[in-house]
Amino acid sequence: MLVTLLVLGLLVADLRFNALRHTRSALEVIAAPVYWVTDIPSRLSDWNDEHLVSRDELLGRNGRLRRENLVLRGRSQQMASLQAENVRLRALLNSSALLRDDVLVAELIGVSPDPVRHQLVLNKGQRDGVFVGQALIDADGLLGQIVQVSQVNSRALLITDATHSIPVQVNRNGVRAIAEGTGSLTLLEIHHVSATTDIREGDLLVTSGLGGRFPVGYPVGVVSEIERDPGEAFARITARPSAALERSRHVLLVFTSKPAGES
Amino acid sequence: MVDQGPFAYWVILASFFLALVLALLPLPEWLAWGRPEWVALVLVYWVIALPQRVGIFTALLLGVMLDVAEGAVLGQNAFALVALALLALLLYQRLRVFSLWQQSAVVFVLIAINQMICQWVQNLEGAGSQTLFFLLPAVSSALLWPFVLQSMRSLRRYYRVS
Repeated sequence: MLVTLLVLGLLVADLRFNALRHTRSALEVIAAPVYWVTDIPSRLSDWNDEHLVSRDELLGRNGRLRRENLVLRGRSQQMASLQAENVRLRALLNSSALLRDDVLVAELIGVSPDPVRHQLVLNKGQRDGVFVGQALIDADGLLGQIVQVSQVNSRALLITDATHSIPVQVNRNGVRAIAEGTGSLTLLEIHHVSATTDIREGDLLVTSGLGGRFPVGYPVGVVSEIERDPGEAFARITARPSAALERSRHVLLVFTSKPAGES
Repeated sequence: MVDQGPFAYWVILASFFLALVLALLPLPEWLAWGRPEWVALVLVYWVIALPQRVGIFTALLLGVMLDVAEGAVLGQNAFALVALALLALLLYQRLRVFSLWQQSAVVFVLIAINQMICQWVQNLEGAGSQTLFFLLPAVSSALLWPFVLQSMRSLRRYYRVS
């Protein structure tokens, strides 16, 4: 009986008052060895990838990376001048300077075992400067945000979790909306967009930065389907997340820092 | 109590640790729904085998560990496992004389209750599942019960845990 009361007390304290944040991050340290063990298979396959490759394969990979690097460097040549121009134009418009983002590479060491809960466990924690609310990206787009930090690990909530919403805008014309997770890894829903809004299939949704939680301009998803029912006030819009939510092993934690104009 | 093996406590601890690892091991998406509730299975086994040693308090500690490891609301699995241990404590004398498949049926019901409590708490949080798939672990756990029972029993006899 006493134990039942204790458990119910725990539930209420965590759900209603969020009072157990510190206890939880302390307990997370005990859970770390469990994650270390569950991570062994993927570390083995990593080791396998690194040490047991044929020379041909290495040469091929090297060549591919070199070509990719060339293309990327070619594309970024104009970046510096474009950035400077952007800063000048923003100054002309009296709007604030763009922020520059630094990133920290983190590795995935666990995923939530519960299929309705889209969470990742990362191998970077408070020690490395990770903080709650930090944005998480991969090579293709936004993954989610950090919801809990312990000394050595942190836990991130994906944008597709059913409890997650994110302010976005259409990259083409700046229409603002809110994308909500559905609990499916390949689906976002955009609610409360009126039926006459200019939004089309294939539009890229990027973070709008409203709400102050996510940095501006990271791709979130691509609009995949729009259903405009004349009988309803809002269009039914779904989008496909840009980031490889179920595949990324290495992810980037974004640190939004000083304005780029000064440097 | 007389012929207690030297590793008795460690065997119980190690089995729970192994269950936690199995509960957290990443699975492909199509398998994730049917993941057996390893921790609950091992807990039920120990409660039936050693009700004087493993009981509600163990369930509470284990549940909190599982909550932290899963990132669930603190108390979700604790509540479910405490309820499970309570029911198993009420039933253990009958369960011991059941045949394997009868035991499996009871385990199915126990794990289903466990899952429903978890689902209920998740709904409070707004993250519940829309379908009845959350009951799949009860099926897979019941099917695995005979194997869990046999291997745990031989483990217990080998290390003379009592």
